[in-house]
Amino acid sequence: MNISTQETVFFLLAAVIVLFSIMTVTTKRILRSATYLLFVLFATAGIYFQLDYSFLGAVQLTIYAGGIIILYVFSILLTNQQADEKLEKLKNSKVVAGAITAIAGAALSLFILLTHSFGPSRLASGEIPVKAVGTALMGTGKYQYLLPFEVISILLLACIIGGIMIARKR
Amino acid sequence: MEELHLEYYLVVSIIMFFAGIYGFITRRNLLAILISIELILNSVDINFALFNRFLFPGQLEGFFFTLFAIGVSACETAVAIAIIINIYRNIRNIQVKNLEQLKD
Repeated sequence: MNISTQETVFFLLAAVIVLFSIMTVTTKRILRSATYLLFVLFATAGIYFQLDYSFLGAVQLTIYAGGIIILYVFSILLTNQQADEKLEKLKNSKVVAGAITAIAGAALSLFILLTHSFGPSRLASGEIPVKAVGTALMGTGKYQYLLPFEVISILLLACIIGGIMIARKR
Repeated sequence: MEELHLEYYLVVSIIMFFAGIYGFITRRNLLAILISIELILNSVDINFALFNRFLFPGQLEGFFFTLFAIGVSACETAVAIAIIINIYRNIRNIQVKNLEQLKD
């Protein structure tokens, strides 16, 4: 039994994702929670790279890991007097309810996943050329995405204005 | 050992999704709840890319859906953090139990 490089990489990324996503929701300090979220997002970008979606991996790294985590860290530091103030202690019943919900949901999803057949599927190889991505993003034909691209630019503009309006000092 | 299957990746994504659900239910800090939502969104993004890559490798629908979902979640995070900072200015606290009204 020999394990290929790709499998080694996958199991490493899977272990990082599982471990750190559970630690993100169980750790007591919120700054650590944000840091573990950063590790999960890095490993997700690694999965995109492994699927040969390099553009998607780069977008994930720059927007999520570069932008959103910075926002989180700044807002955590702005809203806490002590940065690593402990999160409030919960009643045990709430924790048990959350754990039961999560485990029951995961068990149900795993059951459906493992009994369902997806048909023949294999990891296709070959990088998608960035030219194809750009053509599909900027075209108006079938399976081309100029309209969503414009809509999301309007959404980002509205988001900038909304953020300034909401957070400004009065 | 056989090659990697779609199911392996989906199991990872399921665990990430339900870790997010657990955090969403048990956390009492608005920013921690938002972090749990990020986990949920991220696991769904992985699923779109996976189904695209494994089942329909000649097309790009899942790829673009993931791309736009990342953009939308960036918007959502920015506005939510603006609201949370505004709440912090008003009541000096971002625990959900202290939140009863949107304006005074």
